[in-house]
Amino acid sequence: MDFSWMAWTLPTAAFFITIFLMLVGMGVWEYFSPGGNPRVGILRFETTRGDRLFVSLLGAAFIHLAWLGMIGPNLWWALALAVVYAIGVFRFV
Amino acid sequence: MEKTWNNKAWFMVLPVLVLVAFSAVIPLMTVVNYSVQDTFGGNQFFWAGSEWFEEMLHSDRFWAAMGRNLIFSAIILTIQIPLGIFIALNMPRKGWGVPVCLVLMALPLLIPWNVVGTIWQVFGRIDIGLLGYTLHALGFDYNYVNDPFDAWVTIILMDVWHWTSLVVLLCYAGLVSIPDAFYQAAKIDGASRWAVFRYIQLPKMQRVLLIAVLLRFMDSFMIYTEPFVVTGGGPGNSTTFLSIDLVKMAVGQFDLGPAAAMSIIYFLIVLLLSWVFYTVMTNYDVEK
Repeated sequence: MDFSWMAWTLPTAAFFITIFLMLVGMGVWEYFSPGGNPRVGILRFETTRGDRLFVSLLGAAFIHLAWLGMIGPNLWWALALAVVYAIGVFRFV
Repeated sequence: MEKTWNNKAWFMVLPVLVLVAFSAVIPLMTVVNYSVQDTFGGNQFFWAGSEWFEEMLHSDRFWAAMGRNLIFSAIILTIQIPLGIFIALNMPRKGWGVPVCLVLMALPLLIPWNVVGTIWQVFGRIDIGLLGYTLHALGFDYNYVNDPFDAWVTIILMDVWHWTSLVVLLCYAGLVSIPDAFYQAAKIDGASRWAVFRYIQLPKMQRVLLIAVLLRFMDSFMIYTEPFVVTGGGPGNSTTFLSIDLVKMAVGQFDLGPAAAMSIIYFLIVLLLSWVFYTVMTNYDVEK
């Protein structure tokens, strides 16, 4: 099958592989520690680890967009900020 | 008794996952791929990096369309949710009026979007349309083709006509599920009509209202066909919403890269706002 119309590039493939590995990792985590580890964090409502991944990924997307819109095209610092944000979400939300 | 945990149920959702992969994930991946490249057709692509995203984030055209979308969704929710509740509260609960009302309410929902647009395009015309002609005859300077305000009024009226029924039917389903004992208890306590609504009907409708708000928000924020058929985004750009602008860019101008970047930003905003709505409303429910 010819998938050239999907216009794959190495960076976008790496991006989707990372997302896929995160989902696999969440699946493995769920297998060994079922139930999703629900808890009430600083947002004052219950979140599971799936919710926390969703909030992390969505937040990371907006951090990158904000960086691009307000600072510039060098996104490595935005990536670092997004990782720190994700750690914060998994720790405190 | 200890609860048994296993993940075998996931196999049940596998067929849906395969369907979603083909209908949503693969197109989404393609859009992401296009958003970082430029193309002139013929399956030839050139790396552009984050250029299209930067262009979109600094584009007045994009933010103007976004503003119109947000205003439109806010107006739609402000009108349709209270109106839907009001109509549902006044619909009969027994007798021959029930099927008549339900059929009447369901009718607009059965009409395809482009047909709704065509109906209102003709309805609003000042030469042959009932609405446009009547307003003109009454002395109103109504012309949705030339006047941005009139175009907005027409599109909002059209959306209210088309989609308020959905809110009505959802609210009605919530209302008929309330047992008579609740109303009897309220009557014994001498509760006012407002108190019955506030403390019995509204809480019981809350779950369906959550669905109604979410559906109406997402649908109004992604509206395309009806305004495209009625006004084509005009006069000027006054009714050019994000989806209309997106199609102009992708299909009209063949700017696939910027259009893909715009799609992703649009998608992220819909996702964020839907998550906020859902979280706020479900947690309000839990707190209660």
